[in-house]
Amino acid sequence: MHIDFSLLMMLIVLIIIGQVILYSASGENTALMQRQAIRLGVAFIVMFIIAQISPDTLYRWSPIIFILGIIMLIAVLLAGTIVLGARRWLDLGLFRFQPSELMKLAVPMMLAWFMSRGNIPPAKARLALAIIILLIPVLLIAKQPDLGTSLLITSAGLFVIFMAGISWRIIFSFIIAAIAFSVPMWFFLMRDYQRQRVLTMLNPETDPLGSGYHIIQSKIAIGSGGSFGKGWLNGTQSHLEFLPERHTDFIFSVFAEEFGFSGILLLLAIYLIIILRGIYITTQAHGTFSRLLGASIILTFLVYIFVNIGMVSGILPVVGIPLPLISYGGTSIVTLMAGFGILMSIHTHRKMLAH
Amino acid sequence: MAERQHLKDHFIEQRIFHNRSVAAIFFTLILFSVLIFRLFFLQITSHEHFSTLSQNNRVSVQAIPPTRGLIYDRNGIILAENVPSYTLQIIPEQTENIDALLAELSSLINLRDIDIKKFKKEVRRKRRFKGIPLRFRLTDEEVAIVSVNLHRLPGVEIKAQLSRFYPYGKETAHVVGYVGRINEKELKTLPVTNYSGTNHTGKLGIEKSYEALLHGQVGYQKVETNVRGRVLRVLERSNPVPGNDLYLNLDINLQKIAIEAFENKRGALVAINPENGQLLAMVSMPDYNANLFVNGIDSKSYNALNTSWERPLFNRTILGGYPPGSTVKPFYALAGLELNVIQLDHQIFCPGYYQLKGKAHKYRDWKKWGHGKTDITKSIVQSCDVFYYDLAVQMGINKMHKFMTYFGFGKKSGIDILGERSGLMPSKKWKKEVRGQVWYPGETIIAGIGQGYVLVTPLQLALATATLANGGTHYQPQLVHSIRQKADSQPLQVIPKIQRKISINQQHNWDHIHQSMEDVIHSARGTARRLNKPGLRYKIAGKTGTAQVFSVAQDAKYNEDELEEHLKDHALFMAFAPVKHPKIAIAVIVENGGHGGSVAAPIAGKVIDSYLSQFSDAELNTPAKQYNDSNKKQHKNSQPQADNTPVRPADHVDPDNTAAAHYKEFNRG
Repeated sequence: MHIDFSLLMMLIVLIIIGQVILYSASGENTALMQRQAIRLGVAFIVMFIIAQISPDTLYRWSPIIFILGIIMLIAVLLAGTIVLGARRWLDLGLFRFQPSELMKLAVPMMLAWFMSRGNIPPAKARLALAIIILLIPVLLIAKQPDLGTSLLITSAGLFVIFMAGISWRIIFSFIIAAIAFSVPMWFFLMRDYQRQRVLTMLNPETDPLGSGYHIIQSKIAIGSGGSFGKGWLNGTQSHLEFLPERHTDFIFSVFAEEFGFSGILLLLAIYLIIILRGIYITTQAHGTFSRLLGASIILTFLVYIFVNIGMVSGILPVVGIPLPLISYGGTSIVTLMAGFGILMSIHTHRKMLAH
Repeated sequence: MAERQHLKDHFIEQRIFHNRSVAAIFFTLILFSVLIFRLFFLQITSHEHFSTLSQNNRVSVQAIPPTRGLIYDRNGIILAENVPSYTLQIIPEQTENIDALLAELSSLINLRDIDIKKFKKEVRRKRRFKGIPLRFRLTDEEVAIVSVNLHRLPGVEIKAQLSRFYPYGKETAHVVGYVGRINEKELKTLPVTNYSGTNHTGKLGIEKSYEALLHGQVGYQKVETNVRGRVLRVLERSNPVPGNDLYLNLDINLQKIAIEAFENKRGALVAINPENGQLLAMVSMPDYNANLFVNGIDSKSYNALNTSWERPLFNRTILGGYPPGSTVKPFYALAGLELNVIQLDHQIFCPGYYQLKGKAHKYRDWKKWGHGKTDITKSIVQSCDVFYYDLAVQMGINKMHKFMTYFGFGKKSGIDILGERSGLMPSKKWKKEVRGQVWYPGETIIAGIGQGYVLVTPLQLALATATLANGGTHYQPQLVHSIRQKADSQPLQVIPKIQRKISINQQHNWDHIHQSMEDVIHSARGTARRLNKPGLRYKIAGKTGTAQVFSVAQDAKYNEDELEEHLKDHALFMAFAPVKHPKIAIAVIVENGGHGGSVAAPIAGKVIDSYLSQFSDAELNTPAKQYNDSNKKQHKNSQPQADNTPVRPADHVDPDNTAAAHYKEFNRG
């Protein structure tokens, strides 16, 4: 078995915490808990299977998976199913499939494949090509519109490029360019509700019963939790009927209210251990492809955590990014666990690699 | 891959990776520090501030549920109303020992086990600071007892709200249906916001199919509450919009007369106005009390209803598929005439049985020694089977299928309540596709007397009778007469919808069938002659039917007394009256009742008699259009008086809802 036990143990601890808090956040809804448990089971199986695939095989399949993903993204835009106003799903008859989830792994795989075929650090022309490879799926997903996923894929791609060793000067000019890019994005790509989210993030008090309501309620929930919290199932603020999405994107507020600052430190410690273990695995990895891919996966996991907690605590705009492995919800859990499967594969196959 | 990698400088690559990994760790730690700093600020530094916000007065938004629309009968008698009722609820957080409290309460008021069971289930599901209902519909006395003792019942509160009540819960259960508490499945399909204050939704009948119209639009109030959730003051209020009121075509008095006429027999009756497809009465027996379901029926009563062999919950009018028996004969006779298979002077000799050429099998007539010489009128009046065996063979099943389909056999009628069955009118094609078998000539023969594969619902039979009565106009049957959007506005009438008009070949063919059906009642040997009472102000046309449930073996003797109850024949009767200007068409089925003429016809007779008693002699002899405008006697209380404004779909109606879909369809017609 190609399994990294220390990573596995931490993931299990995290998922147990997740189930405990979901029980409270869902209003003790056991049917919902069961659905989540089934998803987690599937996600674990996916992780175990992917962990058995060697990085060499992943390397060979990367371009094919990427191109398939792009085709599916185009298909989604042309014929996808609209759910909650966004066109994200592809109906394959038997089941519905969200190609943007596949791209969360396909994009870093493709870029790692691409970068590992050239020199490290990469030449400028190769870098420009890499940016184009990244922009195609990001723009297709932003058009669905799915701001959260395109943000995650952008960062996954940038982490590959970063780890490939581009110079710090390029990184800083890149940041400036990104700010410049955000201007047309604001006017042309973002939907009204997304713009509204950013505006109320900057000043939630302006719209206390409209779009700023979530953030205000969420901040009250977190703040009222104090050092040790109100106790499990005893959160009052976060259980108000008027805080929706409390078992999905806003589950952290429930956790913070019921377990307080001490609970949060414990949760963040577990997340930190997982990330540090992930970075350790990449430093030990054999082969450029494995290193770039592994680092990108674990740093994207970091982005999940940071954006979600930053969002519910009011320092980042509300973009739909779940708290990884704790929020209730479908495909993102499978994708996350598939990512950990790749990390385990990288770690456990390293002695067998020829180079 | 291998070749290119050899060219790379492994040492530089290793060093870059190492540096970048350190940078990544650094990056991770920075982001975690930002989060910890932020959360420290919220939870430790500003804890006091947020704690106050959380605990002291806060603004919340409360939903105000709309008042559900009322349902009236055609004369303005209320069939579904909202009555103030008191609910006893408990806030678990404010009680110390729930079991002790429940024991205390049950010593004061009547608590059923089911109430306690449901309450405990909800306690586990809901938040501890939310009121959970324990008992609905407290009596005034119970309210008084609890109120007096409230000081020693911590966490108990009495809430006043509106509850649905059906004054004719038994009589209208199968038509009006009932509302019940919203279940988890419905929670997913109902619009969340609009139902945020609503506990009940239509489960069956009119209540379900017109849910979108009846429910109304939710209102909100922004209130300042204290930590216990008590409202301190209302900051802002937007009133709910009550649901639409519905006026049915149903006449509750007629419905009651029909139910009495059934005298606890099982069966169904549908009465329809042949001039417009309005449903005047719809009875399915046995019935049950719809009020039992409004606030949850206990499982014992439910099981008793659900498992009873008499099946009271089964709406026979739209779900029951019965062999129509001899009631199909006038239709086949008309088919034979209109399709030029037989002529008006056609007659056969009935020896008491029928045989296909070269076959030994005898198809028996109900009259063992036969009817002798039989023409069309005699075949209908005395219900000769051999005449129709012969006619069926001459026509063939496909022509029969086609003609009967014009009258709605084998098709859903499009009635405005959900779930009706389509019955079955067989054809060669049907048997090939569904059964994968070829059609046998013998099956055509028994189809000729309404046996074999043919199945009709009582609604279909009544509708076909109406179509036969009015000379070929097939209406979509309609329960709702008009819709009133606001309490002070005029109700808007639902326009009758014609589904198809049967093109008439020869008018005298139709007249001949009408005359023959009249003779069923008004001639000395008619099978329903007992309806011809002296002093009858009008003529009835009808046809009896006796449908076999149990098939009798060749040459076996049929002994009614020896058969078990549920194997006895179904008694059927269909009729319309007055013959010249029909105002009511009716179909009656009495399950295992025996003979149509003696069991089903008297029930129909009572309903026809009651309905037509409201018309003057002059009205009975004129078509509706001539008296409708001047004489309003038909609408006794004049309240649901129809103006002729067509109904327009309201803006707020959810187009996906089935009721709304019905609602739109009315306007196409």
